[in-house]
Amino acid sequence: MSVLFVLVPLAILLVAIFVGAYVWSSRSGQFDDLTTPAMRAVHDDEGVSVPPQPPEAR
Amino acid sequence: MSTTLSPEFTLGAAEQLTCAHCGLEAASGDTRVSAGAVYCCAGCETAASIIKQSGLGGFYALPERRPVRVSASGRSYVEFDHEAFAAAHVRYAADGLAEATFYLEGVHCASCVWLVERMPMIVPGAVRAELDVTRAVARLAWDPQQVALSALAQALDQLGYPPHPFRGLRADEVRKAEERKQLTRIGVAAAIAGNVMTIALALYSGVFSGMEREFERYFRWLSFVLVTPAIIWPGRVFFTSAWQALKNKRLHMDVPIALALAVGYVQGAVNTLRDNGPIYFDAVATLIFLLLVGRFLQHRAQRGAADSAALLGALAPVTARLVDGDTVKEVPTEAILPGMLLEVRPGDTLAADGVVERGHSSLDLALLTGESRPVSIREGEQVFAGTVNLSAPLRVRVEEAGITSRLGRLLRDVEEGARERPSVVLLADRIAGHFIAVILVLAVVTAGIWWKTDMYFAIDSAIALLVVTCPCALAIATPMAFTVAVGRAATRGILIKGAHSLETLTGRGIIFLDKTGTLTEGRMVLEAYDGPSELRPWVLALEKTSRHPVASAFAAAWPDVSAMEPELVEETLGGGLEGRVAGHSLVVGRPEWVLARTAAVSEEVQSLSVLEARLTPVLIALDGVVVARAGFGDPLRPSAKRLISQLGAAGWEVRLLSGDAPSVVQAVASTLGIPASQAEGGASPERKRAAVAAAREHGAVVMVGDGVNDAAAIAGATVGIAVRGGAEASMAAADVYLARGGVEALPELMAGAKRTTNVIHRNMVVALGYNAIGVTMAMMGIIDPLFAAVLMPLGSVTVILATWRARTFTAEAT
Repeated sequence: MSVLFVLVPLAILLVAIFVGAYVWSSRSGQFDDLTTPAMRAVHDDEGVSVPPQPPEAR
Repeated sequence: MSTTLSPEFTLGAAEQLTCAHCGLEAASGDTRVSAGAVYCCAGCETAASIIKQSGLGGFYALPERRPVRVSASGRSYVEFDHEAFAAAHVRYAADGLAEATFYLEGVHCASCVWLVERMPMIVPGAVRAELDVTRAVARLAWDPQQVALSALAQALDQLGYPPHPFRGLRADEVRKAEERKQLTRIGVAAAIAGNVMTIALALYSGVFSGMEREFERYFRWLSFVLVTPAIIWPGRVFFTSAWQALKNKRLHMDVPIALALAVGYVQGAVNTLRDNGPIYFDAVATLIFLLLVGRFLQHRAQRGAADSAALLGALAPVTARLVDGDTVKEVPTEAILPGMLLEVRPGDTLAADGVVERGHSSLDLALLTGESRPVSIREGEQVFAGTVNLSAPLRVRVEEAGITSRLGRLLRDVEEGARERPSVVLLADRIAGHFIAVILVLAVVTAGIWWKTDMYFAIDSAIALLVVTCPCALAIATPMAFTVAVGRAATRGILIKGAHSLETLTGRGIIFLDKTGTLTEGRMVLEAYDGPSELRPWVLALEKTSRHPVASAFAAAWPDVSAMEPELVEETLGGGLEGRVAGHSLVVGRPEWVLARTAAVSEEVQSLSVLEARLTPVLIALDGVVVARAGFGDPLRPSAKRLISQLGAAGWEVRLLSGDAPSVVQAVASTLGIPASQAEGGASPERKRAAVAAAREHGAVVMVGDGVNDAAAIAGATVGIAVRGGAEASMAAADVYLARGGVEALPELMAGAKRTTNVIHRNMVVALGYNAIGVTMAMMGIIDPLFAAVLMPLGSVTVILATWRARTFTAEAT
């Protein structure tokens, strides 16, 4: 069972990485508008010459 | 991709033509036929031709398209190309592209996202368009070398999305940043709570199945390490807020929460260090997460109100035409000062208040007064910013501009109304203050009782009491019930923004109803016609040349009558139409105006009884003799009468508050059974706000309206309700928006509010019941802190389950 002393900190490290990714995406505004992108996804991309950009990161 | 429009060109069951663009019945408007398709109006025809030319016929295959008529303003938007506009609203990127943010009218569904974001295909030179559909805000990027902004704006306008520069950009960014922070905190708290809970699970099962000492110590230290960032990052908001409250010598919900968090964390840390006794880290982490979620939901619900003033401001024009000697030049609105002379062309929106010096035209006052009929204006008369000139050029001497204009004052009224709105103290917050005081006293008493017996046991019991009474269930009872109710209401077409509105709507009070568009349908309809039916093609001959609402009412009332060809038609503003049809002279218009042009009135017309007071009369004369009479009115919605009696039965005092003529308002009031003293006509926006403010002294006030003229009153009422089809500004100012049209959903809203409040009360009884049991057991010394930590979340779980099961807004419930 002493493998726990290695595995649990590893798992926590993974958590830290995912939390970091979440914090980055939230701060860069990816959760600002949760309605429109869902509507956009069902449309084909035809006619949108440049795909919509996420708002600039701050 | 299909470019033909034929699937939409359908003959309905009743041989009814539907518009190839919007899908609504085409026969009711001024029907147009082009390229083998039928359109209900010129707006839809233009929009369809743009869509077709851009190769975007796929638009008509979108499943989520909703039938909405295109309402283009037809403006030129030349002011968007002005330097002053660019300086204020356009940003230039390094790659030579220009970018600006607009508020779009008429955005309502996914198909709008599709169409607006295909601007690059519609207008060459547009590079990117990005629409936020919930807020109707679009960011456009374009190449200024290739295309002017006015061309982009015109295209949007013709598609039915008239753009307005978005003025609240700064405030919007501040709010967005705050929301991002909240979301970040929630995510971090969730990750920590989940992991600490998992470890706690291992520890709890270890208690029963036996666990080696070293692992137990290891897991206790792990949860200590994990929970610490939750306290100092997401949990910090509770400590700062509690500290603020204590500094102001007030007790609110955050004080016991901060106390429970601090006690739990410190005691857990001490017990971890001395390697004995329970740790509360799982409870602490979960508590932080749940409370942050509740708070975020409440914040989201309230954010809409902040938009209202910015939105109204977007409706005012950006530039005006200044008369300078012999030349006319465009200047930004900010540069207009009292005493200047402005030229206002047809289609222009007035930029300032003033007096007409030259010209004779008709104005659309809908933005200010809510009146749908055009008003005739001549020299010497007062005109106001925000109104639209409809027919002929005017020269206007400016008297008030900017924030001192009537529109400016109205904007300020909306802001002030929202600020001075009585803050409804929610039941949970009222209870919280007393609750905390009682708990703190009880904790001290408990410690006192056991102190002499055993000091450690006394401390443990006091801590158990604090933990078991942590107001977690109490704090989530209201937001949880509210959020579930709001979600269910939204599926029924009732959008609720303010948390306090549901609690207010269950009580008694005064309810003000706007007439036009709220109780009535908000359009002119031919309700009475006394005259020979052979005359109808003749009347239509004259009316088809006019854009007046009476003309479209005639056309809508007689869809199967084909108009004759008129000769020489002349329209007199504020009078009527006169012309020749098949060699005979025909006059249609206001009674005084028609009588002044005729020699006699036929016996049939003389013998007619007086028209109902709420109808607007029109006379028709053929060859100098009045031969027919028509009455126009704004018909009441079918459900209006039942609604008034339902509201009365529920204990509300119903009053009418309308900008329409007092005689019309009185007539409507008597039809609906409202006493004449409770119906007020001719009310200006300022008067409406004052009436609502005065009534607020007697208790809760609900204002139901649809227009911009109602916006200040809606913002100032305890609960403001906007109905569908109204101005967007009134929607933004309101707490509740009825998307189903008219006031039919009002009784359902009231009933749902009642049920939701019942759920909240039941939740509180459950939460307080748990606490009462916990307190008793802790004081008796029966439970130790570990058992308290297990018992505490039980109350919250019960509350959540009970709320989820409750039927608040459902189809069967009404």
